[in-house]
Amino acid sequence: MILVNEDTRVLVQGITGREASFHTRKCLEYGTKVVAGVTPGKGSISWEKEVPVFNSVAEAKKETGANASLIFVPAPFAVDAILESADAGIKVVACITEFIPALDELKCHYYLSNQETRLIGPNCPGIISPPGKCKMGIMPSYIHRPGNVGVVSRSGTLTYEAVTQLTEQSLGQTTCVGLGGDPLPGTSFVDILKLFQADPETKAVVLIGEIGGTYEQEAADFIQKHMTKPVVAYIAGSSAPSGKRMGHAGAIISGNASKALNKITSLAAAGATVVENFGQIGLVTKKILSSRI
Amino acid sequence: MKIHEYQAKELLSRYDVPVPRGSVAKTAREAGETADQISQRVVIKAQVHSGGRGKVGGIRIAETPAEAEQIARELLGTKLVTHQTGPEGLTINAVLVEEAVQAEKELYLGMLINTSAYAPMVIASEAGGMEIEEITTRNPAKILRQHFELVAGLLPYKARTLAYGVNLPTENIRPVTQVMAGMYRLFTEKDCSLVEINPLVTTTDGRLLALDAKINFDDNALSHHQDIVQLHDSSQEDPLEVEAGNTGVNYVKIGGNVGCLVNGAGLAMATMDMIKMVGGEPANFLDVGGGASEEQVAQALKILLADPNVKAAWINVFGGILRCDVVARAVVRVLEESKASVPFIVRMNGTNLQEAMRVLEESELNITFEADLVSAAEKAVAMAKLRLSKANDTSQ
Repeated sequence: MILVNEDTRVLVQGITGREASFHTRKCLEYGTKVVAGVTPGKGSISWEKEVPVFNSVAEAKKETGANASLIFVPAPFAVDAILESADAGIKVVACITEFIPALDELKCHYYLSNQETRLIGPNCPGIISPPGKCKMGIMPSYIHRPGNVGVVSRSGTLTYEAVTQLTEQSLGQTTCVGLGGDPLPGTSFVDILKLFQADPETKAVVLIGEIGGTYEQEAADFIQKHMTKPVVAYIAGSSAPSGKRMGHAGAIISGNASKALNKITSLAAAGATVVENFGQIGLVTKKILSSRI
Repeated sequence: MKIHEYQAKELLSRYDVPVPRGSVAKTAREAGETADQISQRVVIKAQVHSGGRGKVGGIRIAETPAEAEQIARELLGTKLVTHQTGPEGLTINAVLVEEAVQAEKELYLGMLINTSAYAPMVIASEAGGMEIEEITTRNPAKILRQHFELVAGLLPYKARTLAYGVNLPTENIRPVTQVMAGMYRLFTEKDCSLVEINPLVTTTDGRLLALDAKINFDDNALSHHQDIVQLHDSSQEDPLEVEAGNTGVNYVKIGGNVGCLVNGAGLAMATMDMIKMVGGEPANFLDVGGGASEEQVAQALKILLADPNVKAAWINVFGGILRCDVVARAVVRVLEESKASVPFIVRMNGTNLQEAMRVLEESELNITFEADLVSAAEKAVAMAKLRLSKANDTSQ
């Protein structure tokens, strides 16, 4: 398991919103220790008579011992929410919010560069560690099983597909991390690969990338130099045209390196097993793990 | 969001970047009058959201105002097809009439965010005039880069390093660094995703001018910039893409004949890839998003079906917040209302799958349920091919 586990005490920023309420309920049902909510101006109430709400992250942390934050606040306030958590000393922050301007994300990244806080996202499904019964995000709970495969991805629904396939093959997961679809993610493939490589429970990693940027090439470089664990990779967008944004702000081909083929070639050359048919992610991972035992 | 060259130049000139004398014309007469005011040779430039205009007759020289008027008349209202527009081309609703200048040296200047370095970056090259991709392929050594931090801004020494690096004569160093400073202010104040001047030229009469310019804006920041939103020209976009934008779904026309509707951008790309993998051609990218309503899914389906190239459609949904039965109801409703004859393959997984299957089965519409990914793709592709060959038979 990486980043979140049974000791993770989650606070939800923007907990009183409609979507946040819905997902807070789902997280609690999964077993996540949601200990606090933060909505400025609504301090001193309690969310659905279960979770105390505070006006600030610092106060929530002091009163409840929260050590991770899940953010649902709207885009204009999201960077403020992230940095508030960082300044309060929260170590893991998952930001679900979509549509944050790139320049704001740049400032956010700069601010966080000399802090210990790890930001997952923005524009991501969050993070889940099935063995620790900790879900900090919006992914469907029932598809996950505890196990030994680490999953890291830029796409939400594609991760759910991959996890479903793994679970069908009786392969559970240590932790699944959604990096998000923005061009400037708080956490990169390399950050997560490092953690999976160091995590004794993780025996294999599934990496799901897509067109845009060069994050997968950086991942390939890391895999070649430092990974001893097998990596199964899929890259979405082989059929996407140049210069058109494919849903995610970060999924746009602008130059050769951002094309799917370039990423596939780099990952394959680095020793990762790249699957062309994403319906086979589970099967291929199963085969690789079986051949290693 | 993209804007026209003339709009980009107006913006740049507000940020102290020198541009050629000229103005935009929406009629041939206006073009002639502008040429008359400039009173020398002019360039008539078709205003469409595309590069490569010169190679297909979209940029022409006029010696006299009468000729300018004539060229504008020929261009306005027609469609320009470039290597970037696709075969349908883009309608020319305006032309830019500018003084023709004698360029001595042509530079490339571009500003964007380098997502690997998490920093804004200026790219400069003395091989200006061709597209940056072309320079990268032909002569990568001619490309210089400098990164900046938002807190420190565009450090003058870095701008000078670039200016000296592209071998400019001493008298041009300062003006070029001023151009970069203007670009940087524009980039950061208006949340641009790209500011490109290509070429930036030195002229035989000693001036420095932005001869062509391209500016793209960060869609996520548009709500902060109403002045920029005003520059939006929907005539330069596919009408179905515009409609999708208004509905709140992501649709991109690709051009093949197998339509698809998916939730989630990654899965939507993977679905197109799968269609291609089994020998078909995807018609579109369509991501209805994670939390779409039945109404949004229905609208999205109508957009998908409005593309006459679509011969078969594949619904590929992983139900989470968006429940499978919601999608199923939308499919049934749209197919019953529209009486579309396009065959549908539905592959679903996740929340409320059983209920969705019941809704589809009761409908008695031309819908095939298929649980396996590859089989679903193969069926959709086969159906599209069958319908295409039938259509060809009837037309013969």
